[in-house]
Formats: sequence, C-alpha cells, structure tokens
Amino acid sequence: MPENESVPVPAPAADRDPRLLTADATGHPAAAGASRAAAGGSPGAGSVSVLEVKSLRKEFGDLVAVDDATFSIEPGRSLAIVGESGSGKTTIARMLVGLERATRGTITACGRDRSRPARSARDRRRRGREIQIVFQDPYTSLDPRQTAERAVDEILRLHHGWEADRRQARIEQLIELVGLDSRQARALPRALSGGQRQRVAIARALAAEPQILILDESVAALDVSIQAQVLNLLADIRDETTVSYILISHDLAVVRQLTDDAIVMHRGKLVERGLTAQVLDDPQHPYTQRLRASVPRPGWKPTRRQLVPAGPADPEDQAEQKGEPVD
Amino acid sequence: MSTDPLLSVSDLTVLLPVEGEQRAVLRDVSLDIRAGEAVGLVGESGSGKSMTARAIDRLLPKGAQVHGQIRLRDSDVMTLAGSQLRSYRNQVAMIFQDPRAHVNPVRRIGDFMTEALRTNLGVSPADAAHRAADMLAQVGIEDARRRLHQYPHELSGGMLQRVMIAAALLTEPALLLADEPTTALDVTTQAEVMAIMDELRHQYGLAMLFITHDLELAAAICDRTIVMYAGQVVEVRRSELLHSDPLHPYTAALAAARPDIGSKAARLQAIPGRPLSAFEAPAHECAFAPRCPYAQDACRDGVPPLIDLDGGLSRCLRVGELRGQLEAAHA
Repeated sequence: MPENESVPVPAPAADRDPRLLTADATGHPAAAGASRAAAGGSPGAGSVSVLEVKSLRKEFGDLVAVDDATFSIEPGRSLAIVGESGSGKTTIARMLVGLERATRGTITACGRDRSRPARSARDRRRRGREIQIVFQDPYTSLDPRQTAERAVDEILRLHHGWEADRRQARIEQLIELVGLDSRQARALPRALSGGQRQRVAIARALAAEPQILILDESVAALDVSIQAQVLNLLADIRDETTVSYILISHDLAVVRQLTDDAIVMHRGKLVERGLTAQVLDDPQHPYTQRLRASVPRPGWKPTRRQLVPAGPADPEDQAEQKGEPVD
Repeated sequence: MSTDPLLSVSDLTVLLPVEGEQRAVLRDVSLDIRAGEAVGLVGESGSGKSMTARAIDRLLPKGAQVHGQIRLRDSDVMTLAGSQLRSYRNQVAMIFQDPRAHVNPVRRIGDFMTEALRTNLGVSPADAAHRAADMLAQVGIEDARRRLHQYPHELSGGMLQRVMIAAALLTEPALLLADEPTTALDVTTQAEVMAIMDELRHQYGLAMLFITHDLELAAAICDRTIVMYAGQVVEVRRSELLHSDPLHPYTAALAAARPDIGSKAARLQAIPGRPLSAFEAPAHECAFAPRCPYAQDACRDGVPPLIDLDGGLSRCLRVGELRGQLEAAHA
C-alpha cells in the first residue's frame, strides 16, 4: 500500500523546515538543533545525546511496525512519542529496552550500541542502568509476592551490589521520593491501589539509576486526581536527578505537561517532530492536526473522519474498512 | 424544563455483598433524564457511575440489596420480570466500554445484531437482516451485508463499537446507557464514534446517559452533567457551566487536576489522597471533606443535602459563599 503518498505532507513554510519530515528526511541533527535553539539552547554545543536512534525499522512478517525512525534525546531533555494504536510507538519502546530486536537501524544509548542483544549478564545489567521502563498496567507489572521494599531492594542488589545498610537507606529514599509511606512500603501489591502500584514501579525503575526512563502510557490507567499526583512526582524526580524521560502516550495534555520535545508516529512512520509546545499549538502534519482536533474540550463538536481535512485517503480508514484489526 | 422525565431515579441506594458484609456502593442517588436529553455521569474509580447505569438496566449482581425507585415513564422498573424486563431493555439499551467482552466471539455479527428483533419483537429474519445492514451503514460501516457474516475478531475495536451502537439502536430505544463507550478507543476513533452517536441521537430523538471519567468529554457532548463521588451525586450542572462556574469543590478540583493541552503548568493541582468508594467514605459527613481544601467543622456534622443554585445542584454546605471562587482558584 502506498502509504507515503496517502499522507500528504504540505509544503512547509521556510521557518518550519526542520519540523516536517519528508519521506527521505535525514536532517535529524538539524531538527534537534533547531529545537534546541528555539528552546533557548539548554544543553551546550557539542553535548552528547543520551539516546540516538537511527533509521530504526521493525518488521513482523509483512507488517512494517516501525519504518525508518530517527530521533535523539539531548541530556536533560524529555521526549514524547505520540501516536495511536498501531503507530509503532510501543514497538520502539520495546526495541529500546531490548524486548524486541530491530530489523534494521541502530540504537545508541549513553554512547554505546544496543541494537544487538546483550552478550552477557553483565552487559545486560549495564543496559539496565542506561534505560528502564514503566509499563501502563500497574496491576500486572509487579511480582504479587514481593513487597514494595523487596521489589526495590532486588534492583539495588542486582545493579549496585551494595551492603544491606546502604541498600536500606536507599530504599527509604526512593520510597519517600515516590510518595509512599512505610506501611505501604511493606505491603504486597494486592494491598495497594493502582496509583500506589505505579509509584512502586517507578521507584523500582529508578533504583537502577537509569539515564533514561521510558514511561509507556504509565499514567493512562490512573484516575485523574491520582494522575496529577504521579505527574507532579515525575516532574520532581526530573528536577532532582539527571534522568531523561521518554513518554509514550496518546494523551496530548499529559505530553504537554511532561515533555520538551515530541515526535508524532502514524502507522509506523515518524510524521512530525519539534518542541512539544509547537507541535501541539501549531501542528503541521495533517495527522497531527487531526489528532489535535480530536481532543475533547469545552465547545468541542466531534466530527466524522470524512469531514476532517485529513481526508478519506487515510490508510487507517482503508485498513478499517477492509476489516483489518488496527489495534 | 417542566416536562416529565423519561427516566427518573429516586433515592437509589445499593449494597453489595463483599467478603461477607453488605457494603454500600450507591447512596441516595437521584437523577432525571428527559426525552432526547444527553446527561453526562462523571466520576473516578469507586464513584458509583457504572453501578448507577447497571442498576438502571437491572444488571446488578446477585445478592445486591437495592432501595429506592427507578421509573421509566409510568412503569416501576424494579418490579419488571421476564418479557417485561426484556422489553424494557429494548427501550433502555446499554453500550459498554469493552465491546469484545460483551459480544459472543463465535457468533456472527448479523446473528448478534438481529437477535432482539427476531426473538423479542417478532421481526422476520430477512427483515431483521435488512434493518441491521441499514443501521450499519448509518454508523459509517461500508459493505454492511458482508459485515453481517463476519465474526467479532475480524473487526477492529472502533468498528466493533460502532456495531454495538448500531445493534443498540435497532430496537428503537428511548434511552441509551453508554458506559465509557469510547475509553478503549484511540482519540481520533473516539471523535468519530462520538460524532456518530451524536448524529443518530438527534435523528432518533434518543436520550442518553453518558458515563465517563472524562469531564471534558462529558462537558462537550452532554446537555447536563452529573458528577459523582463516593457513591453520591455531588453536583448537577449545565455542561457549558461545568468548567467556568462549577458548584462543588470536587468538580473544580477534578477540572484543575487535569493537565492542559494548551499550556504547561509549573505544578498540577493534585487532589490529596485518593478517590474513595462509598463504603470507605465517612458515612455521616461530607464524603469529600477529608480531601477538600474548603472543608470546615460544619462539613463534618452530617451529609450535606443537594442544594439548589442557579439551576444546578451541589452537595456542598458552602456552595453559596464559594461560588465564583472555585473557578478562580483553579483557572
């Protein structure tokens, strides 16, 4: 299916060049540079990216889940990967942490290649200190027989080999950092609420002291009032550590709140990139525009897809109408 | 405003047996839905919003203890049984969050869609299939005839939810109970499904109770919105005033806690603590008081009544003096 042609890329205005991606986009460093400049140039020139992803591709049989994705994260910045089901965003996360192997392309984290599987347990542990992930579902991502404290302790022992006293001190710090009390720290997951479990998962991921923390829809399943608490917590942690977040989300308001830069994925392709504020306030790609227009707000009137400028040529429509499950 | 309600729920209290004891999940819930009106029912986990819909559709689990009254026009819903109950469910149709959990995976779409028509309303199979195909076209599904012969697994989530809507509309109901019908869908699909529901609702003069955790979505598509907390109704408000002029501190707090797509907040105004279920909340005082920045001693002296103000209702003793400040404090 000619997917390239079916999602038309409008002629970019001159000052927008770096944001829109053409099919053969190779100007990623330029794009990142432009974002930095626009953001007021936070990292100094010549700073090394904490993550560099180049021409990443993943095929599952005939399906191209991720098609030529290139992006990077500069130290101290956080990146959103925005997209809906089937966009390839979760597949990217799985490749970053080594749960899937890339068909093509390279992933470099903290200056080291991780496109190929780790060769030793030691190598795997080192990778664990580079990138950690917190999954969406706080109900299935923890060991049901392990208290919050033990879950964190396991990671400390594995990664740092510290003595019991030092580990205990760090456990207390981490538990406090994520806003749990000592009773909750000694509770099994089944005695904790969804928000509390997600805090345990975050504490556990942070125990490895990763450079990058991937949040794969990590706040999506939480109640609004709890989601706000966890988002504030994540902002605090970023202020207190050097961790960079990769937030994988379909929730544009959450993306705005937590990230500096954003890339938009649609059907495996990266269709737009830029500063999060720019991408959301003034989306350039028709798909991003449609995504933005679909967010309910006061005075919002939902429209059938045909009526939206993106047009009926959307491959998702075709896939749906052919009866292919798109999610 | 003076027209008689289509559906009226009064003082509905529901207790469910949990670990050997009866626990309250709904407390004195009263609400009215007028013909053709869209009413939002918003709340967090444990607020009782889904339980309210289930009670209305008589789908409560066995052992549930129910007090209060539910009336559809002149009939007492609580006493319906057998064919009367089936006929009631044709008039009050329900759509669920996860269509896959509510459709038999080994039956074809057509069999599922036409079942009520054939078995309850005596429509011939050919006519039923014709009507089903027609309705599929109306919810934007092409090639409807072929769809009728397909199985649920052959359809995407968004498409299957459209099938559920079409099936619900086939029996020409007067009221649609929609329990988070778009929560499991992508945002662009949600917009499309909401558009379809909105169009058809107007076309058929259908009333809707739209249950969601999403205050913005409810405000955008419903005429009035009811906010629930800990098994109680805490606010009823015209939707367009819900964000600009809320009457209950919980509604204001809920709106303020959501990040804003248009700007990054230095800090989100999180509500301390967590949402409570009816049985966990204090039974003889304001259920929101422990988390409420405006709570005073009087708030703990008893459950506040629903107070009438400016065409809305608020279960807050301080509603009069707080009016206007709630929005300002969280804008």
